[in-house]
Amino acid sequence: MSAPRTPPRLVTGAATLAVLALAVLLGPLLAGDPAAIVDPPAAGLLPPLARRTVVELRDGSTLAGETARRADGRWLVERRGGQRVVAEADVAAVSERRFWLGTDNLGRDQLARLLTGGRVSLAIGAVALTLALLVGTAAGLAAGWRGGAVDAVLMRLADGLLAVPILFLLILLAALFRPSPAALVAVLGLTSWMDVARLVRGQVLTLKEREFVLAARAIGASDLRIAVVHLLPNLAAPLAQGAALRLGDLILAEAALSFLGLGVQPPLASWGAMVAHGQEFFPAAWWLTFPAGAAVVTAVIGAALLADGVGEAARADLHAAP
Amino acid sequence: MPRFLLRRFAAAIVLVWLVATVTFALVSLAPGDAAAGLADPRVAPEVRERFRRDFGLDRPWPARYLTWLAGAARGDLGVSWVHHRPVAAVLADAVPATALLAGLGLLLEIAGGLALALVQLRRPHGRADRALTALSLVAYALPAFVVALLLQYLFAYRFRLLPPSHTLSPGGELLTGLPRLLDQLRHLVLPVAAIALTGAGAVARYLRGSLLDERGQLYVLAARARGCSERRALWAHALPNALLPLVTMVGLSLPFLISGSLVIEVIFAWPGMGQTMVAAALARDLPLLMGGTLLATLAVVAGNALADLAYALVDPRVRL
Repeated sequence: MSAPRTPPRLVTGAATLAVLALAVLLGPLLAGDPAAIVDPPAAGLLPPLARRTVVELRDGSTLAGETARRADGRWLVERRGGQRVVAEADVAAVSERRFWLGTDNLGRDQLARLLTGGRVSLAIGAVALTLALLVGTAAGLAAGWRGGAVDAVLMRLADGLLAVPILFLLILLAALFRPSPAALVAVLGLTSWMDVARLVRGQVLTLKEREFVLAARAIGASDLRIAVVHLLPNLAAPLAQGAALRLGDLILAEAALSFLGLGVQPPLASWGAMVAHGQEFFPAAWWLTFPAGAAVVTAVIGAALLADGVGEAARADLHAAP
Repeated sequence: MPRFLLRRFAAAIVLVWLVATVTFALVSLAPGDAAAGLADPRVAPEVRERFRRDFGLDRPWPARYLTWLAGAARGDLGVSWVHHRPVAAVLADAVPATALLAGLGLLLEIAGGLALALVQLRRPHGRADRALTALSLVAYALPAFVVALLLQYLFAYRFRLLPPSHTLSPGGELLTGLPRLLDQLRHLVLPVAAIALTGAGAVARYLRGSLLDERGQLYVLAARARGCSERRALWAHALPNALLPLVTMVGLSLPFLISGSLVIEVIFAWPGMGQTMVAAALARDLPLLMGGTLLATLAVVAGNALADLAYALVDPRVRL
């Protein structure tokens, strides 16, 4: 039996997510301070690729000029709004800076903000996913294994939550609990465990009748042992596919909430919050809106490809199994 | 059939009651004063007290819970704190706009998805098929707000073909008859397109799969053997069966449709449920939020039940 070929979608999806994760983990180290305000009158709302000479002064403020030159003990800074002259003694540092994705109204570097914002977006998605998987797996195991009243209560609860348009529920919750990242994670995680629970329950119901589980019960294994040693390993494949699908949904949900002003609050920024901020300067400063939107799209496509690929691999595995 | 309807109806009532209870519990248990909108220290204590008395917040929670349930059962959802009008009236103003937007969006999304799937099936695994598969994956993954902003940027601001937002042009209230209708239609194009574009990808992905499956079935082969043309075998034999699960899919996608149009409503300043709810959340208008959530749930439950019913009507193999 030859090993089944890894579906290309799985590789593409995983690679996309890995590149994004690496970029947001390492990028902020290279891209500079995302919160640094650079001379808003002169460096605010610069389009992508703009280049400025940034003169940092000893009092902590900055000047951004098209050019800056030194002449007899003074710096002459040519900037939007006229020339400024500062004594050399007041200047702390002078640097050439390129703003690859432009700047916002405060002169903040959008590339740096995009990378740090990605940390927030992806971290909230990943932690909420973990929470949803934990709760969903526990609920699914309990419902499938115990059956009876436990099953009925848990599954009706899941049905009930699935019937509420999720964004409405999120909006209600966001209005009640002032949205901190922790509250967002809790709210997102606790409103997306239902699919996982159904998936796990369905698998457990069939696994329960299999000989190896019956054998484990016959020799007196505890419920916990059966769940961890016998059931969970067999749930890995469907769980992986469900998880990849969820991840995309969660990143989207966070983006939508933050976009509506009900998610991550300033000064913290996520991709969704950046799109919302960009709305104030839309459509003139389009570069505040679309790069962050494109980042969300990339993450969601990566997750969707991964989910497709994992599903395909699982099916191939099934057919290849003896 | 009557037994099924009865069971289904009972389950729906229990579900709606559950949601009503959960929303009430959430709102009552949330930390802080329910009247936190008045947390501003400059608000005089007497005003705060009067507000609490006027809206019944000074009563114990069991009494408030019963009032809420009894009211909701009769369609009385309380009074909005911001609009100072009955919640039901505020929602009644918003529902038609959302129904129009979401309904048109749904129709176009199905039509578009079907068209895509049929083009793909002219030569499965061919070049067009693969390109469209990739395209529908991208469309499926595109968040509604990104699509909406992109459409708005391109067609309203860049090329200035269509109005960027609202339901009528400034001064459009004065128009009557055909010009008014045309103006309204022009305002509908972008938001409906945003919904349809994001949804068509999912529909196409789904239909392509089910059409491929159906085409491999023996009854299609039998039709071909009887001398039925390839085209007729696809349209008259495979398609009706492939469309069946779509009924359920539409039913299940209702919550997403309502949620999806929410963001789009905000972007295009469309005066529907979504905009009303977001404004209510930002202003902490709790009665309006509770009422809106309940109404949306009701719509979804009813939609799902209708989808099941419709499935039984179009597929004689299903017995309820």
